[in-house]
Amino acid sequence: MEMINLTIDNKSIVVKKGTTILEAAASIGVDIPTLCHMHLHDMNIENKPGGCRVCVVEVKGRRNLAPACCTEATEGMEISSHSIRAINARRTIVELILSDHPSDCLVCAKSGNCELQDLAHHLGIREIHYQGEQSHYREDTSPAIIREMDKCILCRRCETMCNEVQTVGVLSTINRGFEAVVSPAFEMNLDHSSCTYCGQCVAVCPTGALTEVDQTGAVIRALSDPEKTVVVQTAPAVRAALGEEFGLPAGTLVTGKMAAALRRLGFNYVFDTDFAADLTIMEEGTELLERLNKYLAGDQNVKLPILTSCCPAWVKFFEHHFPELKDIPSTARSPQQMFGSIAKTYFADKMQVKRENLVVVSIMPCVAKKYESSREEFSVDGNPDVDYALTTRELAQLINLANIDFKSLPDEEFDQPLGESTGAGVIFGTTGGVIEAAVRTAYEVQTGKSLDRLDFEELRGMEGLRKATIDFDGLPINIGIAHGLGNARKLLEEIKNGKSEFHAIEIMSCPGGCIGGGGQPYHHGNVEILKKRQKALYAEDQSKTIRKSHENPYIKKLYEEFLGEPLSDKAHHLLHTEYFDRS
Amino acid sequence: MPKIKLAEKTITQIKEVCAKFNHEEGELINVLHQVQGRLGYLPAEVQEVIARELNMSVAKVYGVVTFYSFFTMLPQGEFPISICMGTACYVRGAEQVLSEFKRQLKIEVGETSADGKFSLSSLRCVGACGLAPVVTVGEKVYGRVSPQQVSKIIAEYQEGCPAESKSA
Repeated sequence: MEMINLTIDNKSIVVKKGTTILEAAASIGVDIPTLCHMHLHDMNIENKPGGCRVCVVEVKGRRNLAPACCTEATEGMEISSHSIRAINARRTIVELILSDHPSDCLVCAKSGNCELQDLAHHLGIREIHYQGEQSHYREDTSPAIIREMDKCILCRRCETMCNEVQTVGVLSTINRGFEAVVSPAFEMNLDHSSCTYCGQCVAVCPTGALTEVDQTGAVIRALSDPEKTVVVQTAPAVRAALGEEFGLPAGTLVTGKMAAALRRLGFNYVFDTDFAADLTIMEEGTELLERLNKYLAGDQNVKLPILTSCCPAWVKFFEHHFPELKDIPSTARSPQQMFGSIAKTYFADKMQVKRENLVVVSIMPCVAKKYESSREEFSVDGNPDVDYALTTRELAQLINLANIDFKSLPDEEFDQPLGESTGAGVIFGTTGGVIEAAVRTAYEVQTGKSLDRLDFEELRGMEGLRKATIDFDGLPINIGIAHGLGNARKLLEEIKNGKSEFHAIEIMSCPGGCIGGGGQPYHHGNVEILKKRQKALYAEDQSKTIRKSHENPYIKKLYEEFLGEPLSDKAHHLLHTEYFDRS
Repeated sequence: MPKIKLAEKTITQIKEVCAKFNHEEGELINVLHQVQGRLGYLPAEVQEVIARELNMSVAKVYGVVTFYSFFTMLPQGEFPISICMGTACYVRGAEQVLSEFKRQLKIEVGETSADGKFSLSSLRCVGACGLAPVVTVGEKVYGRVSPQQVSKIIAEYQEGCPAESKSA
């Protein structure tokens, strides 16, 4: 390996050939400001168009300033990261960007989380010396994502996520020069495009150009309506990230505080999507075994592998791009929708509340869940099973609005009967978790034996594509795991070409799974945060006495009192769904 | 925008062009160039076929089509009129000539007249600066055009295609 000697701010440093100035500087603690650049280490996700020029540094002997993010260090380079020339250039660049940016920071949804705002603050911009034309585009509102392109700075991070990482291909820069804008083809609205609403564009947007549809107002109205009984469910990944919004370190589990906060916000019942995750395992796991056993018995018509179906962005992805495979994913609805369905039937009956007076709110790490809850098949006579799906960020906003001092809240428990969950339900929030939960139940049901270990390390990790073989008492079960839709696409191509070696595949749209969802606190490109959230979920799983979905006492009761058994007619009607060709 | 249905023949033509370039994504500009050469323009439906054939997203195809002013999504008139707005032509009054064409044809740059006869575009330097300001109609070049000559040029094409415009 060839090594390069250089100095940055008079400090000598040796780096590998191919290292950028930005990386070299970071390795000695010199933080060069960036704006368009994004690098999610370990995930092979990088955006460095070198377009914004905010990261320019002065290189001795070089006529012009060098963009640090995309200039490789060379032998003998002498770099000054904050010469007056570099600083003045940065300030001019940011002023020019701001000259074509709406100055509505005070009321912008991204205020406080905006990288452009932070940068302007960091550079001490107090005046914009340039006045010129301003871009004006129409706002585009979809069921989940709002595009306000007046605020776009053309960093193209969203384009990288949409095209290279997710291979969804909805967003592209169109037109040229001042007219250039990131847009779907033919400037159609997002809801007419094949957008999956995975929200990864929202997760990486440095400004307020891409945000989620805000449903907090509607939830506040429901909470203050005396006619309504309002129940809330919280997805597994939320508890591992919500604390970040209140200054707690990444990976702090705030399950108890979250339940306490929701109760103080006025929700009548505080339930857990983890309960529905256990229910999903019962249905999906049984479906897996049914297909597997038919296959083993020689049934030629049975389709394998079975694919998980918890992730709404993934569902929309295959409906658009692989409609010919739409009978391969499990028909089980996602935990959010199973919860809504059970809440508005079983629970509403129990409480003797009319369906129209029961409001189901979910707290999700996801923006696609907003879209999912609006899908027509998940409503009865126009009344949706899930009324509102808030993101983790929106919940934090509600908590702030209600003046709740989150950090000093006591730990409280979820309500029953829809709040009890097992460790298997908790790990649904991370890549590998759904299939591990399914294995724990499917193994015991299939073999009739008790598992002597519950931690399937071989299914865990952050690699985009993973595979493992689990021994079902002599029967080897091949499992595939993909997170990120680009990785999912690879597995789907294999299936399409008849080359798939798997019996079951877990797919999550977002890098890292739901912990990295589009509705989570912004990670600003720091993958370590995702790893800490993942660790937190496995820790919660470890801490649970019951760690297998089929042992959840309230799940057992639900089947006894209401559903009968997994895949019963009633279960089919309430907990399963069908998919549509959207190509 | 209203959907148009492409004729089978048109789709075959597009596929042929894509095949000629081995369905390579990197050949997109060449593919667009040739397809526009054959069809006269690149409507959305054509871009969708090209995207499928080159296995790339239609948003990317649209991005390239909108980046280069050469590509057009609107059908061209029978007689495409281009006014050179290069420096030499511009300083010798090309803008007034362009305004006169717009006024008489009642269309803007990039549009086609209602009868489908004329379309109007502006371009940068045809390499005949000595003749500035320059107007081209199809392949025929008109030099030292004044606003007063505009109606005469249009009239030449009103009754079908004059013989000299083809040979020029």
